[in-house]
Amino acid sequence: MTTPPTAASGGVVTDSPRPATNKVAVIETMTTTPTPNQNQTQNQPTPAAEPPVCIQAREFNSWYGDFQALHGIELDVPTNRVTAFIGPSGCGKSTLLRWFNRMNDTIPSARASGTLDLHGTDLLSTRYDVVDLRRRVGMVFQKPNPFPKSIFDNIAYGPRLHRRYTRSDLAELVEQSLRRAAIWDEVKDRLNQSALGLSGGQQQRLCIARAIAVGPEVLLMDEPCSALDPRSTAAIEDLIRDLRHQYTIVIVTHNMQQAARVSDRTAFFYEGRLVESDETERIFTTPAHRETEDYVSGRFG
Amino acid sequence: MTAAPHDAAGELFELANRGRSRSRHVRDGGEAVVKVVLAGCAGFSVLITALIIGILAYEAVRFFMDVSVVEFLTGTEWSPLLGEEKRFGVWPLVAGTLLVTLVAAIFALPTGLVTAVFLSEYAPSWLRAILKPVLEILAGIPTVVYGFFALLIINPSLQWIAKVVTGEELFGAYSAGAAGIAVGIMILPIVTSLSEDALRSVPRGLRDGAYALGSTRFDTSVRVVIPGALGGIMASYLLAITRAIGETMIVALAAGGLAQLTVLPWRQVQTMTAYMVQIFLGDAPATGVEFKSSFAVAALLFLMTLLLTLAGYRILARFREEYE
Ligand SMILES: Nc1ncnc2c1ncn2[C@@H]1O[C@H](COP(=O)(O)OP(=O)(O)O)[C@@H](O)[C@H]1O
Ligand SMILES: [Mg+2]
Repeated sequence: MTTPPTAASGGVVTDSPRPATNKVAVIETMTTTPTPNQNQTQNQPTPAAEPPVCIQAREFNSWYGDFQALHGIELDVPTNRVTAFIGPSGCGKSTLLRWFNRMNDTIPSARASGTLDLHGTDLLSTRYDVVDLRRRVGMVFQKPNPFPKSIFDNIAYGPRLHRRYTRSDLAELVEQSLRRAAIWDEVKDRLNQSALGLSGGQQQRLCIARAIAVGPEVLLMDEPCSALDPRSTAAIEDLIRDLRHQYTIVIVTHNMQQAARVSDRTAFFYEGRLVESDETERIFTTPAHRETEDYVSGRFG
Repeated sequence: MTAAPHDAAGELFELANRGRSRSRHVRDGGEAVVKVVLAGCAGFSVLITALIIGILAYEAVRFFMDVSVVEFLTGTEWSPLLGEEKRFGVWPLVAGTLLVTLVAAIFALPTGLVTAVFLSEYAPSWLRAILKPVLEILAGIPTVVYGFFALLIINPSLQWIAKVVTGEELFGAYSAGAAGIAVGIMILPIVTSLSEDALRSVPRGLRDGAYALGSTRFDTSVRVVIPGALGGIMASYLLAITRAIGETMIVALAAGGLAQLTVLPWRQVQTMTAYMVQIFLGDAPATGVEFKSSFAVAALLFLMTLLLTLAGYRILARFREEYE
């Protein structure tokens, strides 16, 4: 009952962005649990019951030195849904994404103001433990970046950082992570070989496996397919659809079809501002803003 | 409206064709001259190298007509200038060279790597902008200065420390240890600079990947960046060791002049290079066997450094492939 209607792979745009109503109810019961019966009956007529907010941005601004890259962002990223960031190059998608796990801390000139909450706690606060944040919020990059280590050591890298495991637990964790990222069958016989020997698409799935091995709740993906061929892209998209109900996924993409295929919600950015954010279907059919419509229909500029 | 761009294109075309064209003849002739000059320069350095190797080999062979190769390579006594019973066992010289090199390596390799990690992973850009030139200056100091430094500062300091710690006068006026530390300071910039290049050539994406998994800066440096740069670091080590083995002035000044087979850094030793200096500056007749012996020593030294250099370049080449 909890399994969502599996989309026929290939029937892409028709894949309903809104999951079945009873699934929303299940999530509601899992998270808030007031009275399950009442909850279910209440949800029947209103299918748009929103999942809880995972990441919330309010009056969020960001700068690189004197250059302001983001202006007054107001955004709710729903839990266990796929949110797509779209918009022309340089509009600040990556910048916002990299604040979600404070990767911008590694850029000396980067700073931010406003609030950015992860489940209600301000993740920008200096008191927030960045190491713990990054364990909870994983990231996959545009260019696959496996470490020049064995496939096994790539996956085991994160877990070993944070905890001590027995040998067999670690092996099990590596296997489960690789299975979850749909790459186990391709690498199970060569776990001790260098990850650099894998194809680009395999490397990217390895990087996803590496990210989920530390048990994050959020996965940030910055144009994860832009360096990949169409087949590998399809594999990653399948994987995202597969992971969508266990992870809160935020994916930056330049590919409109990809946003339409994999995401539940879409946020359109333009010149450092969030123009609008809504259900993906709405953004692609009846957006509220003219710029959005021009952009998604490829009539931009 | 339509005429304007057309006119502009026509004007551009006319302008582009206005210059006097270079004849094919002149162009090809110039190319041929350039080729000859380049080949000449390249040939010159090859020729010089071949000449040096040839002379080394020739003189070494002449030496081995007087002294057996086996005695040279297995003997443990080196006394070519003393009395009638000359001994040509090269081991004391090799051991002296290796001891000085070992001390230098123990000092410089870890220090250089730590400095390199600091420069590439920790130092803010303004600090790196200061430290890098300081390293270059260090690399530019003539080695004779390091020799004085070893003689006048390092050795007395070691003397004093040894006295305080053990209560004995271990160090004399010269020591392998003092020379080794000075050689270590000399090769430190090489290790640091080449290792830093290697660390910095590790793609930024790998660091991002490590940080994104919750690595600290130290985790990232030790678990990702250093392993990723290992080839380059090893190559820097080998090249630095090669320089240490071949270093002459520091050891000639500070290591002493007694060829003895020892592993004790407070003893004086004679290195292979220092022996050659002694022969060429000293009073050995240019026809004598001791004069020729220096060529045999030089040939052996050349072989040792050649092997290390080749190993260094091989490692470096393999390392380069990794991130293509
Ligand atoms: N490290 C940086 N330093 C300075 N400016 C930056 C840096 N990274 C990005 N920017 C600038 O911030 C703006 C937003 O960039 P980015 O978030 O990468 O855009 P997007 O991912 O939407 O293409 C761009 O104008 C870009 O030039
Ligand atoms: Mg980007």
